[in-house]
Amino acid sequence: MTELLAASPDLTPLRSILAGHAGQGRAALLPVLLAAQAHYGFLPQPVTAEIAHSLGVPLAEVHGVIEFYALLYNEPVGRTVLRVCTDPACALRGGDAVLSAACALAGVAEGETSADGAVTVERSPCLGHCNSGVSVNVSSGRPVRNQTYAHVTPDTVADLFAGHGRTTADFWSEDYVGGDLSIVTPLCGRGRRTRLIEYEAVGGMQALRKALTSLTPTQVIEAMHRADLLGRGGAAFPTWAKWDGAAKAPGQPKYFVVNADESEPGTFKDRVLLEGDPCRVLEGAIIGAYAIGAERIYIYIRGEYPLAIERVGAALEELRSAGYLGDNILGSGFSVDVEIRSGAGAYICGEETALFESIEGKRGFPRVKPPFPTTHGLFGKPTAINNVETLAQTPYILIHGPDAFQRLGTAESTGPKLLCVSGDVVRPGLYEIGFGATLRHLIENLAGGVVGGELQAMLIGGAAGAFATPAELDTPITFQGLRAAGLTLGSGAIMVFNDKRDLRDILRRLARFFAHESCGKCYPCQLGTQRQYEILTRVAAGRALPGDVERLRDVGWTMTDASLCGLGQTAAAALFSAMKRWPHLFENGHAP
Amino acid sequence: MNEVTLIIDGRPVTAAENATILQAARQVGIDIPTICYHDACTANAICRLCVVEVEKQRLLQPACVTQVREGMVIHTRSERVERSRRTILEMLDSAVDLSDAPEIQAQLAEYGADHNRFPAAERRAPALIDDNPMYVRDYAKCVLCWRCVQVCAEDAQYTFALSFDGRGFGTQIGTYFDLPMPETTCVFCGQCVGVCPTGALKPRREWLLEQGKTPDEIMELTRAERRKSRRAKQ
Repeated sequence: MTELLAASPDLTPLRSILAGHAGQGRAALLPVLLAAQAHYGFLPQPVTAEIAHSLGVPLAEVHGVIEFYALLYNEPVGRTVLRVCTDPACALRGGDAVLSAACALAGVAEGETSADGAVTVERSPCLGHCNSGVSVNVSSGRPVRNQTYAHVTPDTVADLFAGHGRTTADFWSEDYVGGDLSIVTPLCGRGRRTRLIEYEAVGGMQALRKALTSLTPTQVIEAMHRADLLGRGGAAFPTWAKWDGAAKAPGQPKYFVVNADESEPGTFKDRVLLEGDPCRVLEGAIIGAYAIGAERIYIYIRGEYPLAIERVGAALEELRSAGYLGDNILGSGFSVDVEIRSGAGAYICGEETALFESIEGKRGFPRVKPPFPTTHGLFGKPTAINNVETLAQTPYILIHGPDAFQRLGTAESTGPKLLCVSGDVVRPGLYEIGFGATLRHLIENLAGGVVGGELQAMLIGGAAGAFATPAELDTPITFQGLRAAGLTLGSGAIMVFNDKRDLRDILRRLARFFAHESCGKCYPCQLGTQRQYEILTRVAAGRALPGDVERLRDVGWTMTDASLCGLGQTAAAALFSAMKRWPHLFENGHAP
Repeated sequence: MNEVTLIIDGRPVTAAENATILQAARQVGIDIPTICYHDACTANAICRLCVVEVEKQRLLQPACVTQVREGMVIHTRSERVERSRRTILEMLDSAVDLSDAPEIQAQLAEYGADHNRFPAAERRAPALIDDNPMYVRDYAKCVLCWRCVQVCAEDAQYTFALSFDGRGFGTQIGTYFDLPMPETTCVFCGQCVGVCPTGALKPRREWLLEQGKTPDEIMELTRAERRKSRRAKQ
């Protein structure tokens, strides 16, 4: 490592990376930084200077971009980097013990690199393997290979140092997929990627064929309108309205973006879809691109999902060979191609405008809205951006019709929904249900009931969600039903806690997550997430100060009411729901 | 130019249709406080001190970027607005040295901010950077208004010497690989110092005077530094 620092690195490999992105300018910054880091292990100054010069980006801004993303390093790190998840779902399975064991083995403190330069151990935000934790993401080797491991324990974490262990690509550690319906997940949870030919064998790609050969873009949007598919990423915005807006907006080119930056703690549905059945998602995206008249699709996948990135890449190859992508698709005259973009460790990039900034080669700062993406999106052009699950539902609508889709749910919450169940249940996993089923059915029948004690609470919607009590078990799972109960479906994450769990520790972890992931742009969130974390740390330790409840309320309301984007606006949501349901937890002197 | 009519704090106001709420309010003498906003910089709605309550909107709206609309009803001093402003100021005061920021001091007083609202709070207190003959950078006083970064870039100078280290609460304005300013693209135009609202960026001479140096001592110091830098070049 010290030699690397002293000697100027050989820039020849970098030049071939840059040649592969010639003419793309700043938009190539993140892909080039990731590729360069895979080669050099980190981003030495001469490498970044060459990148800045080649792409025409100011030096300081290249530095600023590297500083923003948790997976980019501008100083040497260990030849192996372990990132241990200690967010709620993994914490229940002993995430902190795994982190301590890893630190002890490496002889380092959290966030440090061993003296011999072999290992760096970091604490990671939720890695999206909440059903199979403790999960650990590992970068190692040259070029750096990134893999995520499942079911890690303090005893088995040593295997990861040697590059062994059970990765999430191994069949046995794959996800449990179940539920009442199998509309979007019939080919998921089989421990491998479903190939295009298998997807076609069960009717896959027929929706795209139908759209391109017998429907106008307007008719596609009309079908989506009648189906009333609401976005499955968390905001529940009507999909057709995004498509209609982007289709009608003046300006060319137009872009279609797949938001696969799934990072909401407790959420793993998009990962399961991309790893198990990527063609279904991509079919939905191509249909969407046709509907709005886009000539390019970007799929932005979070950097901590290396297996999803690999499998989507393989699926794209198959789709190109089969003529579903590229020029004149199926002889229709419509042309579009897909580019994969890897995230680099930033929850905020799941916010749509921050995601655009990231693709454009910038720090992931959310933009002020309006203007909205439909008119001023990626590169300032009309853009539709949809969640992975939303797109996976689209082919069914075109094949079976909006009425059949509506019948799968309720009148106002139409279609099927994927729910990510984690925590203290018999069978954590991904469940596909029709809207309208109750929380009780999901927890008791599908997930097998609560383990380790009685049901204490459910956190619905992830870190940005809200807590429900056992009294709310008969609430129907619909957007409206949950809202009426003061809850939110959010991304569809449901974390279950038995009565042995200390919810204040869960709240402390959620607060740490937001403080770690705040971009720092607007004051309420930049300052508020930090103050909220500090106060909840002492509350969780039973050392609350007089006035802390009022402090939490003022900080929380200010973040909710005055923050620039959804991250800050929801950073106190789970806390407020807990303060309402269990006020005694926040009383001074209440022992942990 | 078309005009729209709206109500601000109960008063009918007529404003150009492309005006912001901030502009419309100021033209009738209603003061909406700001920190990051500067007439010469692109408004980014960062500090959120200018948030106001707009009827029929779920959340508070930043007055510096929100355009007026016909029939808008705006409250600039409602309870929600006051709570957000006071809390933002208290949180800022708990993180940053505001002793050199008279405008923010006045805002703290006006909104009744409690200086000790957040006990045991982590402060941002990095060491002062004295790396060039023209100005010092004391980021313990920085409120991250972004003005310096903006005037160094597309808002004025196109020099691009500044960006950000870290993110979230740990954000700090920095240079490429934290190089000393003379080794960056900085041309010492001084615009960043001119727009800094908190004394985080300060002419070095002013800073030396504050340190108790006399003008003669400063002159001698400057000469000595020039001699040293000439020798280094030879």
